[in-house]
Amino acid sequence: MDTKELIARRAAVELHDGDVVNLGIGLPTLIPNYLPAGINIILQSENGYIGLGPVQDTIIPDLVNAGGKPANILPGGSFFDSATSFALIRGGHVDVTILGGLEVDAHGNLANWMVPGKMVPGMGGAMDLVTGARKVIVAMEHTSKNGAPKIVSDCSLPLTARGAVAMIITELAVFRFTPQGLVLEELAPGIELETVTNKTGAAFTVSADLSPMRNIPSDEVLL
Amino acid sequence: MGKVTTLEEIGGLFHDGMTIMVGGFMGTGAPDALVGILVERDIKDITLISSDTALMDTGVGPLVLGRRLKKVIASHIGTNPETGRQMLAGELAVELVPQGTLAERVRAGGAGLGGILTPTGTGTMVADNKQTLTIEGREYLVELPLRADVALLKAHKADKAGNLVYRNSARNFNPLMALAADLVIVQVDEIVETGELDPNIVVTPGVLIDKIICYKESE
Repeated sequence: MDTKELIARRAAVELHDGDVVNLGIGLPTLIPNYLPAGINIILQSENGYIGLGPVQDTIIPDLVNAGGKPANILPGGSFFDSATSFALIRGGHVDVTILGGLEVDAHGNLANWMVPGKMVPGMGGAMDLVTGARKVIVAMEHTSKNGAPKIVSDCSLPLTARGAVAMIITELAVFRFTPQGLVLEELAPGIELETVTNKTGAAFTVSADLSPMRNIPSDEVLL
Repeated sequence: MGKVTTLEEIGGLFHDGMTIMVGGFMGTGAPDALVGILVERDIKDITLISSDTALMDTGVGPLVLGRRLKKVIASHIGTNPETGRQMLAGELAVELVPQGTLAERVRAGGAGLGGILTPTGTGTMVADNKQTLTIEGREYLVELPLRADVALLKAHKADKAGNLVYRNSARNFNPLMALAADLVIVQVDEIVETGELDPNIVVTPGVLIDKIICYKESE
């Protein structure tokens, strides 16, 4: 199983039947592939609708996802303007958002929208999502391409939001933010605690219930 | 007075230095033909308010590529590399605004509000030089309204009174911008007689619309 699939399969465990969910571009869009039969989530697309579905054989005019790519709308969905879309997001009507990160720190701060000195794409809807969704999950690789920890004591990059992250899922481990701080709760198959400690730049406590990384078994997955 | 007009007739309404809002999200729901008029008439030093700067060849992209802009107020510029290049070269001022904040600032501008309070951006660079208010223990940024000289919109259908219906995800910023500019021009796929649109499905009331142009995309 590759790294992205491992992370996506674990993230799928966090979604419950009927949840309204907004998924960031990239890895998070893989997550619905790993939902078990009977778990149906409702995807919100910040460009203005609820009921985002996979693209069909025929391209539907004027229907794109938040990445501007052709998409579909499922029965029960609806379209609305951008103010309504972000009222849904900011007003706490989106249950979960799962998105990638450049850095997450020990205070639950997230940086994922710009790197000083590089081309700045803009925050798009990310700041509103991270501020407004009821639960913010960061699903990302544990370290950067050059091996540097992405979970750090204090973010060095410009923040997307302060104290907003509830949970971090990587290919090595699962962490949860609690009032006592960052807690390691699960280890991926074959991963030792020492490996996680060495590759994490923030202090954390180890849960008394430290367990193997949860997963949805392949035979339960819908696709 | 008829609202239905042509691209040729509206060309004279634009001048250099205008603040112009353009609907659309990554080009979807953007009035390509109206943007084309700005390029054709060589309108310069525009302050553009838009969700993003689309791709180089879609939506407002050609305004960037043709160097018609003085300033951009948008939430995302990453899909049009020319915007970032001009920004880094000091040729174009860019104000990046969280997308939900941008929507509310435009809404406030059109709704007669003095601004809005949002938690989005607190504790980040977005809060720099902004007033904050703490209400019931939570911090909010004071974000100011946005208005424009002209709004260029795209809708699917209009009746001759200017009532608009949109199609799919092309709605986005269009209904908000319809309220927030002194002159509102809409490009539509189809114009029908007044009374043919069911008032229950009209999204933008016709009283907001000044000019209607039917433009069929060549397919």
